[in-house]
Amino acid sequence: MEKLITLVPLFPLVGFLYQVFFGKNTSKQLTTIIGSGAIFASFVVSLIVFNSQLHSHQAVTVKVFEWIHAGSLHIDLAFLVDSLSSTYLLFITGVGFLIHIYSSGYMSHDEGFNRFFAYLNLFVFFMLILVLGDSLVTLFVGWEGVGVCSFMLIGFWYKEHANNEAAKKAFIMNRVGDLGLIVAMILIFSNTGTLNYVELFNHGKIAALSPSMLTTIAIFLFIGAMGKSAQFPLHTWLPDAMAGPTPVSALIHAATMVTAGIYLVARNGDLFEMSHTASNLVMYVGLITALMGATIALTQNDIKKVLAYSTVSQLGFMFVALGMGAHSIAVFHVITHAFFKALLFLGSGSVIHGMGGEQDIRRMGGLKKYMPTTQKTFLIGTLAIAGIFPFAGFFSKDQILAHAMEHNMPVFILLVIASACTALYMFRMYYLTFHGEFRGTHAQEHHLHESPASMTIPLWVLAVLSIVGGFIGFPHALGHAIHFPHALDHFLEGPVLVAVGDMSVTVEIILALATMGIAVVMIYVAHNIYIAKATPVLEDNEITSPFHKLLNKKYGFDELYEAMFKKPANAIGNAFATVVEWKIIDGIVNAAGTAAEGVGALARKLHGGHIAGYLLTFIVGLIILLGLIFKA
Amino acid sequence: MLTLALLCIPAFFGLMMFLSSDLSKKLAWVGSLLNAAVAIGAAVAVSYGKTEMLEFDGGNIAPLGAHFALSINATSILMVLLNACLLPFIVHVASKHEMRNESAFLSLILFMSSAMMGAFLANDSFLFYICYEAALVPIYFIILQWSTAENKSKIVLKFFVYTLFASLFMLFSLLYVRQFADSFLISDMIAAGSKLSQHEQVWVFAGFFIAFAVKIPIFPFHTWQPNTYKAAPTAGTMLLAAVMLKMATYGLLRITMPMVPAGAANADWAMWLCVISIIYASFVALNQTSFKLLIAYSSIAHVGMIALGILANGNTAYEGALIEMVSHGAIAVGLFFIADMIESRVGHDHFNKLGGLREKHPAFAFLFFVIVMASVALPVTSGFVGEFLLLQSVGSHNIVMALLAGLTVVFGAVYMLRAFQSTMLGKHNAELAFAEMTASEKMVLTILVLITIAIGVYPGILLDVVHKGLQLTGI
Repeated sequence: MEKLITLVPLFPLVGFLYQVFFGKNTSKQLTTIIGSGAIFASFVVSLIVFNSQLHSHQAVTVKVFEWIHAGSLHIDLAFLVDSLSSTYLLFITGVGFLIHIYSSGYMSHDEGFNRFFAYLNLFVFFMLILVLGDSLVTLFVGWEGVGVCSFMLIGFWYKEHANNEAAKKAFIMNRVGDLGLIVAMILIFSNTGTLNYVELFNHGKIAALSPSMLTTIAIFLFIGAMGKSAQFPLHTWLPDAMAGPTPVSALIHAATMVTAGIYLVARNGDLFEMSHTASNLVMYVGLITALMGATIALTQNDIKKVLAYSTVSQLGFMFVALGMGAHSIAVFHVITHAFFKALLFLGSGSVIHGMGGEQDIRRMGGLKKYMPTTQKTFLIGTLAIAGIFPFAGFFSKDQILAHAMEHNMPVFILLVIASACTALYMFRMYYLTFHGEFRGTHAQEHHLHESPASMTIPLWVLAVLSIVGGFIGFPHALGHAIHFPHALDHFLEGPVLVAVGDMSVTVEIILALATMGIAVVMIYVAHNIYIAKATPVLEDNEITSPFHKLLNKKYGFDELYEAMFKKPANAIGNAFATVVEWKIIDGIVNAAGTAAEGVGALARKLHGGHIAGYLLTFIVGLIILLGLIFKA
Repeated sequence: MLTLALLCIPAFFGLMMFLSSDLSKKLAWVGSLLNAAVAIGAAVAVSYGKTEMLEFDGGNIAPLGAHFALSINATSILMVLLNACLLPFIVHVASKHEMRNESAFLSLILFMSSAMMGAFLANDSFLFYICYEAALVPIYFIILQWSTAENKSKIVLKFFVYTLFASLFMLFSLLYVRQFADSFLISDMIAAGSKLSQHEQVWVFAGFFIAFAVKIPIFPFHTWQPNTYKAAPTAGTMLLAAVMLKMATYGLLRITMPMVPAGAANADWAMWLCVISIIYASFVALNQTSFKLLIAYSSIAHVGMIALGILANGNTAYEGALIEMVSHGAIAVGLFFIADMIESRVGHDHFNKLGGLREKHPAFAFLFFVIVMASVALPVTSGFVGEFLLLQSVGSHNIVMALLAGLTVVFGAVYMLRAFQSTMLGKHNAELAFAEMTASEKMVLTILVLITIAIGVYPGILLDVVHKGLQLTGI
């Protein structure tokens, strides 16, 4: 069955190429059918492959062709099908398909409809290459490919300068991470002679490395992950990336591409497991990001920006899990997050659609009345991310917290604070958007409508997944007691590190109740502030509290980077281009030339510009020289 | 015989043009296409192992003690392909614009291609040197006669004298080694050079490096390059950037590295110069607003990487350098072609005065974007394969160097995307009259895009030929 795997990336590629060659004269309906159909076909094949993996549990490599063959470097374009990649396949193509359907409604009035579907298809193609590649180099192909697609999709509405700047920023900050990944690949190949996962991990090549080399490699790999998964300090591109159409934010900047960093660390899990330093770095960076994103999200008023910082924060949670060695739980959170965050983004898109482009939650309120489906599904997503039982986010977040509690108490406490913030900012946004009085203009109120079925059906499907999705990872101790296994851990074990704690059933239940209790308190607080007291949200220029200002300004990273990197780089470039280049280096060259001219009258004559004279002198000189040396 | 044909076809057609100047365009097309066909034939011959067609020895050139010996081997075949296959594009650009004395212009281009072909084909180090120098003469006249820059005579004189002067150091190195060699044949010179003491090898290496560092160019020997690239008519710039500098990187790979291995192994100073060159050029490129100057500086960064990878002499350097030389050639032609398209339409190449072209010119935007992506070494383009292999070679020598040189990954994205964005994106500007891309322009860019993607997706189309050549002839 695994032989079919080649079809999975092939369908989206064909969909993209169709648009490149025939897109001009293709109707929107046909584009929808081809574009979404390609992803659906991939989904079906992914299901078959996944099912086969479920039974066989055997990693299979499928070679497509020999790609690069230079010196002792042999890289095939080959796919590695195992439980990790087949799990990723399933939600990339599944969620991807839903977002394609949604896009057919969301983008229906856009003149760039076909172009949009072409980019989406290309993105899915590269994302599939990323997770299917059997070596780091093949992963890198997908890695860079999704980066370019992200660039094209963030700047999809290219007439707006701000969109183009956001797209460029995303690409460049990602490239900083990519350089880390390149360096890691170079170190791995120089020290082991291969970049193939199976050879590295199953044939013990990694295990033979020195501890310091392992740490160095792991850190550089992690720098790559930080770029792609928007971890501190490379996180600032992700909120700006919201400039793209909302389905893009759902697909790329929430459900799939940004989780590539988690995939990278999980895929090279043995390497990280062998380096305590690198694992700790992963954990602390994740922790800082989780807290930072959650606190910033408390003060944002753009519905998509809140979700963006929420994504940054949730990715931080996943990295904490990775840093603690609980890789399968990180992957679990990737999956549940894909469901509820895609749902929330698509829901926000439905809101923006209904509001005629408005994204500021201060101008919304009471939308429940006009958009009941959007409101219901959005509430499900909000409950899921806030960690309320039995919604999907509860299971995965609870297990991250449980591991932190066993692993490192201070980390646990800080994570609890971050997850309390999560419940607070999500319900703040939910209440401001859907409850209370409408605060927008009359025109906006008049325009308000529920979105078409092409948009609400994907919302419902994702809502159902956000409700039941968590049961694939039922807590170990409790599950053992009631004979409900942790299906995901069981499936992933082998390719992915599974860390089973030794927590008792009682502690597990108390922890779950406690974290849920905190979430409920936060929901009450949000309700109290924004509904019961109906406290108005300050306009940006009304903010006086310095802490509030700091959060509203996102801790000032953009300004800091502008001052630390952009301006100095341009100043250095300028100094080089004007002073060093022409005054110093070229000055010396010219001075040397002039000095040489002064040496003799012959040279002065030559300066007249007769190149023939130069040549003649040169050739005569040459012959004399040769004659002297080889006379014998 | 194929080698002799490759050398003579452009020169022959160039001469013909003097005789019948009204047929010059046709002759240039026939000559360049014929040569490209022969070069492809030679590549096929290599992959089928037909080496007997690829050697030519015209005997001694008596007074010089040199052999008129030509050959195609693993290293040169890709350079021969590059030179021959890019020529039709350059002829296309040259004949695109109305200009005075067109036949002389075209014939100089063919002569230059011939001279460069000689350098790539030379099996004798002295013949290499002569061709290396001879290529300067046509380009000197091309710039002097057809440049529109005000201070062209000053620019071109500097270029000429600088490179000519630097080449003397290569000559000294060659002559020094020749004392111990049976002949100037590269094989004899390699045999003799590699027996020299380490101390001697270091000096011989230094002589070569200085000559090549000016030609490539490498910081701080590069100041002739930006102005020359900008001043030259586009066809001339393409010859300089896409092919001419490859004579230097080729010489490094084919002659210097095997001839003085101990000297090359102790050349960290030269490698650091390359690293500085890459970073310095990237910084300077950040603030350029002239598209041609931007390409010129980005080219310094890219070729610095080629030289660095070759000097690092890692496991993947050889293939990486060859792929990247071809890739850089195709991309440089593509970028300068775009610069020329812009310049010929709006009268300048300052992209900060442009913008919003994408809306009315989506196909142009697409092709431009792919070439930009190839230039920033995106996977599935040729740029990635070359740069990755080169960086791998550098990193296995010194990881810090790889990290620093790898900064081009970030810098390249910054300045190339800025250029693309300023030109193509934003609101449509109704005051900016920009003529539709012509069918032939579209074809040229499409072919270049297909070449870079083909090499990026399946580098085996080039590397299989190289590997076959290595089995047959060695380096």
